[in-house]
Amino acid sequence: MPRQLSYRHALREAFDEELARDPMVVLMGEEVAQYNGAYKVTEGLWEKWGDKRIVDTPISEAGFIGMGVGASMLGVRPVMELMFWSFYTVAWDQIINNGGMVRYMSGGKIHCPIVVRGPANGGTGVGATHSHTPENIMAGFPGMKVVCPSTAYDAKGLMKTAIRDNDPVMFMESTALYGELWDVPSNDEIPGGELIIPFGVADIKRVGTDITLIAHGRAVITCLKAAEILEAEHGIHAEVVDIRTVRPLDEDTILDSVTKTHRAIYVEEGKPFCGVGAQIAYMIQNRVFDELDAPVQRVCSLDAPAIYSPPLEKIQIPYPEVIVAKALSIC
Amino acid sequence: MATLTAPSAKHADAPINQKLTPSDKVALHRQMVRIRAFEQLSIQHYQGGKMGGFLHLYIGQESVAVGTISLLGENDHVITAYRDHGHALASGMNMNECMAELFGKATGCSKGKGGSMHYFAPDKNYWGGHGIVAGQTPLGLGLAYGLKYQDKKGCALCYLGDGAVNQGAFHESLNLASLWNLPVIYIIENNGYSMGTSQRRSSAYKSCLAERAEGYNIDWEQFNGEDIYEVRARTQVAIERAHNESRPSVLEIATYRWEGHSVADANKMKYRTKEEVERYQAEHDPIQVWKRNLLQEGAATEAELKAIDKEAWKEAEDSAEFAKNSPYPTPESIFEDVYWEVDNKTESGSSGRHFFND
Ligand SMILES: Cc1ncc(C[n+]2csc(CCOP(=O)(O)OP(=O)(O)O)c2C)c(N)n1
Ligand SMILES: [Mg+2]
Repeated sequence: MPRQLSYRHALREAFDEELARDPMVVLMGEEVAQYNGAYKVTEGLWEKWGDKRIVDTPISEAGFIGMGVGASMLGVRPVMELMFWSFYTVAWDQIINNGGMVRYMSGGKIHCPIVVRGPANGGTGVGATHSHTPENIMAGFPGMKVVCPSTAYDAKGLMKTAIRDNDPVMFMESTALYGELWDVPSNDEIPGGELIIPFGVADIKRVGTDITLIAHGRAVITCLKAAEILEAEHGIHAEVVDIRTVRPLDEDTILDSVTKTHRAIYVEEGKPFCGVGAQIAYMIQNRVFDELDAPVQRVCSLDAPAIYSPPLEKIQIPYPEVIVAKALSIC
Repeated sequence: MATLTAPSAKHADAPINQKLTPSDKVALHRQMVRIRAFEQLSIQHYQGGKMGGFLHLYIGQESVAVGTISLLGENDHVITAYRDHGHALASGMNMNECMAELFGKATGCSKGKGGSMHYFAPDKNYWGGHGIVAGQTPLGLGLAYGLKYQDKKGCALCYLGDGAVNQGAFHESLNLASLWNLPVIYIIENNGYSMGTSQRRSSAYKSCLAERAEGYNIDWEQFNGEDIYEVRARTQVAIERAHNESRPSVLEIATYRWEGHSVADANKMKYRTKEEVERYQAEHDPIQVWKRNLLQEGAATEAELKAIDKEAWKEAEDSAEFAKNSPYPTPESIFEDVYWEVDNKTESGSSGRHFFND
């Protein structure tokens, strides 16, 4: 029986291993220590690692994230929690202008090995200010890396890579996934002794021949459900490509899949305008135009701020049936 | 944090309180009781799965909103954070629209679009309901600026928590308020905790949080919030300062939240002791403190107060019934209220594309 872990537990294991491996790693954020994390991602870590390594902050995102950027210039490796990624706006200047630009403006003399992490998703009834999905926005700044794992396995492997990476990594999780269980082998089951997933390597989460569903984060799970419906009810075999990291982006895996299936849909929980899918749709038509049997399609959140009303919010975010309908429109 | 106080003769004697008739005093009681009934009933429906997301309750803090807002006139405005039900009801919003908003219904004050943290009623000078900690503090400043710009004699009461004082936006606002002589009154509702973090673990200060105003040359005060007489007497000073001198104030009002940070606060009994919570409930309940005042003064009888309780519960239950029977917003309405120009079908709203799904 393979070992199963929840997404939050897998992240915690990654933190624990990296805290043990490198004394420069420090975890910081609102309620991450004594409260165990608003979403229990850091549960037990303060008890084990103490005040120096696991730090509760006041509600001062610009201050403590900027502080993390500064400390990273001096070799500390801060892993900063935004209780919701939505609160990035408060720390925007520090993340972008300092974290994202300092290496370039110093001619490469300085680098910022910082991770900014937390849940970035809607769908939990908390309204527009708390439901932002800024992966496309963050990926718009060269210098930033953007990581959006869809499973516990990926979450652990990518988090370990993020902490060791020497550039600022924007790590976006999902409260809707925290409790989900996946197979995550323990270290002694893994050749090399630990789970590390490199950035810029997509993962084919389901093999298919008729259409490629491409996505990141929780939208991958929605695509997998849609693929099941497509197969069971329509005899359509969808391939599901999880890009895992938005920037750097594994273009080859996407292009190989589309070359095989000749049809593609990008699915994301963000808004359509300049979304991740816009970049990828451009890339597909630019590189394999002749392979396409239909225009590349996108499924995004409905283009309005996140509505609170629970049943409406459910239909604002991509769900399997809209992906199925979109697939049928081009198959 | 609050300490046990008897009804204070000193504050009862304040001119602003001397003006209160017995029926005004009973009305203050009614407001607090209504807020409590509304919220206690909302917990039940939250737990019954009727609502999503967060429900931040104001139970235990009612005297602050009710006392301060009872002082406001035509050109005085209110803005607060996400713990906003009390301020909303005290500002005159009705239970139906507030409960329906929690249920996510089209009849809610924000048409089901905002939820618990985002109540708004500009017609009642009530400007929300804001989810980003301290995000409302520059807005409160803006209300004060707008009043001054339009030569109106008024003020803005801007509420924030003891955790929110550590956001940069609040400090920038304090500087601007003092530099430009803006009639804003920041009310720090100090309930001792920001989520699971005590005041001591989150803030550096000398004697209290409001004292930070000193550095900005802003008048400040710190006092207990459980007795409405005191809340009114001391807030009135700040209002007069705003009205007559166009100067800001910072008031730190000690209070206590009985419930968890939100209904979903799994740790609510971990970061504070059961004894602490029970002590506040037993000794510092603002409703009981006020009730004691009313009975001692003979402003109301036990029976009258009981009847008020009953009415409040009936009103709350009716509002839940109203919310239950109301329709959800339509799917099309997701795209309404995004752009003013589009909703109003103006030329600007119809040239160029505004929405981008397919
Ligand atoms: C910018 C931002 N950071 C964090 C949060 C999450 N959060 C919501 S309320 C809260 C605690 C605020 O405490 P306080 O200001 O004391 O107000 P109280 O809840 O006690 O009324 C936190 C951390 C948020 N909503 N916005
Ligand atoms: Mg507080």
